[in-house]
Amino acid sequence: MHQDNNTEITFHHEYDREASRKEVIKITVILSVITLIELALGFWLYLSHQRLGPFMVHLIKGVILILMLAKAFYIVAYFMHLKHELRNMIMTIVVPLLLFVWFIIAFLADGNSYRNLKNTYDPYHKEQSQKKVEKAEHGSKETDTKVGH
Amino acid sequence: MAQAVPAEQKWWSGGKSPFNVEYGELMMWYFLMSDAFTFGAFLISYGTIRFASNSWPDPNEVFQSFPVFGSGLPLMFVSLMTFILIISSVTMVLAVLGGHAMDNKAVVRNLVLTIIGGIAFLSCQAWEWAHLHHEGAWWGSNPFLNMDGTKASTNFSNFFFTITGFHGFHVFSGVVINIVMLIMTLNNVFERRGHYLMIEKAGLYWHFVDLVWVFVFTVFYLV
Repeated sequence: MHQDNNTEITFHHEYDREASRKEVIKITVILSVITLIELALGFWLYLSHQRLGPFMVHLIKGVILILMLAKAFYIVAYFMHLKHELRNMIMTIVVPLLLFVWFIIAFLADGNSYRNLKNTYDPYHKEQSQKKVEKAEHGSKETDTKVGH
Repeated sequence: MAQAVPAEQKWWSGGKSPFNVEYGELMMWYFLMSDAFTFGAFLISYGTIRFASNSWPDPNEVFQSFPVFGSGLPLMFVSLMTFILIISSVTMVLAVLGGHAMDNKAVVRNLVLTIIGGIAFLSCQAWEWAHLHHEGAWWGSNPFLNMDGTKASTNFSNFFFTITGFHGFHVFSGVVINIVMLIMTLNNVFERRGHYLMIEKAGLYWHFVDLVWVFVFTVFYLV
């Protein structure tokens, strides 16, 4: 108990330094592996974007998003140590974050609906957004944007 | 690894922290929660606009350059940035663990490494911004075409610079906080205080910065 001169009484969180160190190494490996898988999927999308159907593209992107959430979980639970706090304290953080479920679904659906409505009722907008144009007219000073794609 | 708490502990009978967390640390959590909503609002507005657009620039075309090695290397530079931030998060955890063990030297060593990681990340970001600016991208200007070869609006670059800029500002603040922590550790402030809880709070902030990057990295560079 080295927190004695703190006016608030808190019980010492138990730390076995060696065990903690092992846990850190484990989580580091997990995060690195997930990142590598994400990058592999990203390269797959990049290399065969044309050949993959829209379903496969969405599937791969969905997997990447799930892996992103897994990474977020490991960082919050282990690096930020939230998993080892008291359940009541965890709930005061996690429950308000549930608002994101509504937040994401509502706004993305709204954006999608806006696009559909605009394409339906504003044919000029749709026509304009389908016009192909030539590359690099904005005074690009480097030519390397054209290379390699 | 549960907490060392006596059985049948009454948390709400007064005289103690019912969450068994120091006040400042709890408030850091609540601050980070509010910050998560700020970033969430940014990223969701980005998603909304992207869903409302008929096409969008291809990140693999926009972010394909690497210093010295030139272009045609999509995802490489951002992978480097991502790993720098993950590793700096790891050294921050080690600094916090050193603090628990009252090991001043370990705290100093790992804080220095974390600060170096943060500065390296900021340097990478500065290079990327400078490079994109050189190519003609900035707030209100977007030289890149959409994936399907149509003309893109400036939404892409506006969101990119705003969100990565806001994140970069957080990284910068984190580096400053870590430098302050380093100076305090070197002056034995925490040694005299008897605990290293401040390192833990700075650590929470730093991990949050890493956490936000996980989301920014995914939605801007990967999908």
